[in-house]
Amino acid sequence: MESCNCIEPQWPAEELLMKYQYISDFFIALAYFSIPLELIYFVKKSAVFPYRWVLVQFGAFIVLCGATHLISLWTFNMHSRTVAVVMTTAKVLTAAVSCATALMLVHIIPDLLSVKTRELFLKNKAAELDREMGLIRTQEETGRHVRMLTHEIRSTLDRHTILKTTLVELGRTLALEECALWMPTRTGLELQLSYTLRQQNPVGYTVPIQLPVINQVFSSNHALKISPNSPVARLRPLSGKYMPGEVVAVRVPLLHLSNFQINDWPELSTRRYALMVLMLPSDSARQWHVHELELVEVVADQETELTPEQRLMVETILKSSNLLATLINDVLDLSKLEDGSLRLDLGSFNLHTVFREVLNLIKPITSVKKLPVTLNLAPDLPVYAIGDEKRLMQTILNVAGNAVKFSKEGSISITAFVANSESLRDSRAPGFFPVLSDDHFYLRVQVKDAGQGINPQDIPKLFTKFVHNQALATRNSSGSGLGLAICKRFVNLMEGHFWIESEGLGKGCMAIFIVKLGIPEKTSESKNPFLPKANHGQTAFPGLKVLVLDENGVSRMATKGLLVQLGCDVTTVSSRDECLHVVSQDHKVVCIDVCMPDGFEAAARLHEKFTKNHERPLIVALTGNTDKVTKENCMRVGMDGVILKPFSVDKMRSVLSDLLEHRVLFEAM
Amino acid sequence: MDVLSQLQRQLADFLASLYREGFVDDQFTQLQKLQDESSPDFVMEVVSLFFEDCEKLVNNMAKVLEQQVVDFKQVDSHVHQLKGSSSSIGAARIRNVCIAFKTFCEAQNREGCLRCLQQVNHEHAQLKANLQSLFTLERQIVAAGGSVPAMQ
Repeated sequence: MESCNCIEPQWPAEELLMKYQYISDFFIALAYFSIPLELIYFVKKSAVFPYRWVLVQFGAFIVLCGATHLISLWTFNMHSRTVAVVMTTAKVLTAAVSCATALMLVHIIPDLLSVKTRELFLKNKAAELDREMGLIRTQEETGRHVRMLTHEIRSTLDRHTILKTTLVELGRTLALEECALWMPTRTGLELQLSYTLRQQNPVGYTVPIQLPVINQVFSSNHALKISPNSPVARLRPLSGKYMPGEVVAVRVPLLHLSNFQINDWPELSTRRYALMVLMLPSDSARQWHVHELELVEVVADQETELTPEQRLMVETILKSSNLLATLINDVLDLSKLEDGSLRLDLGSFNLHTVFREVLNLIKPITSVKKLPVTLNLAPDLPVYAIGDEKRLMQTILNVAGNAVKFSKEGSISITAFVANSESLRDSRAPGFFPVLSDDHFYLRVQVKDAGQGINPQDIPKLFTKFVHNQALATRNSSGSGLGLAICKRFVNLMEGHFWIESEGLGKGCMAIFIVKLGIPEKTSESKNPFLPKANHGQTAFPGLKVLVLDENGVSRMATKGLLVQLGCDVTTVSSRDECLHVVSQDHKVVCIDVCMPDGFEAAARLHEKFTKNHERPLIVALTGNTDKVTKENCMRVGMDGVILKPFSVDKMRSVLSDLLEHRVLFEAM
Repeated sequence: MDVLSQLQRQLADFLASLYREGFVDDQFTQLQKLQDESSPDFVMEVVSLFFEDCEKLVNNMAKVLEQQVVDFKQVDSHVHQLKGSSSSIGAARIRNVCIAFKTFCEAQNREGCLRCLQQVNHEHAQLKANLQSLFTLERQIVAAGGSVPAMQ
């Protein structure tokens, strides 16, 4: 054999091995060529792949490897120099690319792995945020519901409910067959049948108000017998032999409860009356007795002929419902107390009156329980002071109320005096360093009772929220145990201290608190409450974008002028469609005149347009009507606030600042 | 006493008399407060707009009331508009007439409505004359170099 330059295999004899190697190399080459194709195909399909150039590099690597193997197919046997050269080039290139790929992978793979971790992290975060959003939303909804409920409860205590209850009770007491109430319509020209005792849904009968029988009844405050055939008494369908019972009618004066202010009874000049008709059972020999008539007269006319004591009691009831309302609000704002953001409502008030009112409020119960109560106000106690009147009254009332609640016998004494430095030092509070100054004084109040007493070890627990003292919890104990905790917080806010002393069970107890109150200026303006919020800059809301919707050109212009005066950036529109077209997320407040026909609809549409609460502008209704229907409609479409026209700059400013602070305000009339 | 303070005194007295006689009420004061250097003719603009509006509404109402069959709902809506406008600028007398007017509309009393319409016209003319005098006085004061005093 001639020697050649080719490379000869070591084992030329083993043909079978050779064949297998041949085949394997072929398949390897095939695989190596098809892998890049597959990769390219799948990557083209997927939209996002960050490392395309990596793919190119990989592809080159694989192709070259394949090429190497493919070329080696020719090197098993004799081959020419060209093949050798090609083989060498291919191998060199492969070496270069594979080394480059190896180096590059070191950088890429950690990145790819971290992408996965980041994805997982983001998924978890998103789930967590979703959960939190759900919680916040439910809380907001609950808060809103409770506020609406409270408002609803407060607003239903209106004259309709009172009158209806009167009707029911009278019917029961006097065993009447039918009792009906005719209320004057809005125009005042007709009476409409509003309630009857027996029929569930009276048809809206109306009678003109100028009937002689009605005039007769309205002109006297007595209950007058009227004929069963008169239009106001024809309440039952007439049947065959039916002898109607005697009928009596009496006028019921209607007061505008919105004008009702304590200590300022409205003048009886423009009176409106409702008519109450009472029917005795038919087919009976019963006749109206004089004392029954007197009862009816007193019940109907009770709103005007109150004796001074009765008047005082009504005022007291009103005051305590006011307090109740404050209490409820405070419970709802307990979170504000917690993080210290509750602020006192400072003002000038009559200190002596506060104590007297507390006394009046607890008098009914103490006289029933036969517990004598004494109030001792020191002679040097200032008459006027500066502080939070409502909350001080609440605290005193809570303490006095507890004294009454937990006493079965014995007397209760409430003492109030100005604390001098001696009694201040005796306050048993480690850390309480009262500072005396000229414009403040410390009021010390002690409420002593001879009731159940408290075990001295349990005293610290009394101030814990929601904890009932087990020894004192009786069958009738109600309340969530928040009272003392709230009072302690108030006293702390007033820079004071609150503690309870007791010698043990059965030995009564004494509650003592000291609060810091301001002394009003000794000028002629000592009676004016001082203004706590210094929000009187003319441009109170610089740049606040407001949208005003009002059909009436003149009132549109007046509203715009007013808002511009407050520094707002005002846009005006005159139709509902224009409003929806123009409104955007930049507008923080939308004022809508609800006297126009589309007003409420516009509000409803605004709610639809902005589904997320925080994007929605605040919607304020401007109305000239204060009647219940308007208010109900406003609440129904989800208004955030209502202002009564015509309004002043100051009124608008205070409403806007309240709204922007709380995002909800139900009445500003 | 120089001319300026005489004029200012005259203006204050005139304005006080307008209030006393019920031509304008508190809302008008509010409007006046809104007038300042940035909008010096605010009150005049609003008032002119009101008078135009008022005339238009009165004409419309007259037309409707002349028909054989009166559409009281339309009259009522016009009266409602007029009541709103007059409350916004504090034209107290016109507003009071509107309140009575509304009652007549609801009672569908044509005679009453026509009477009220006449009254509105009358009040409108009077108020217009009064406010023109007011604005003339204000202009004179400004021309004499003074500023219009704000009403308490």
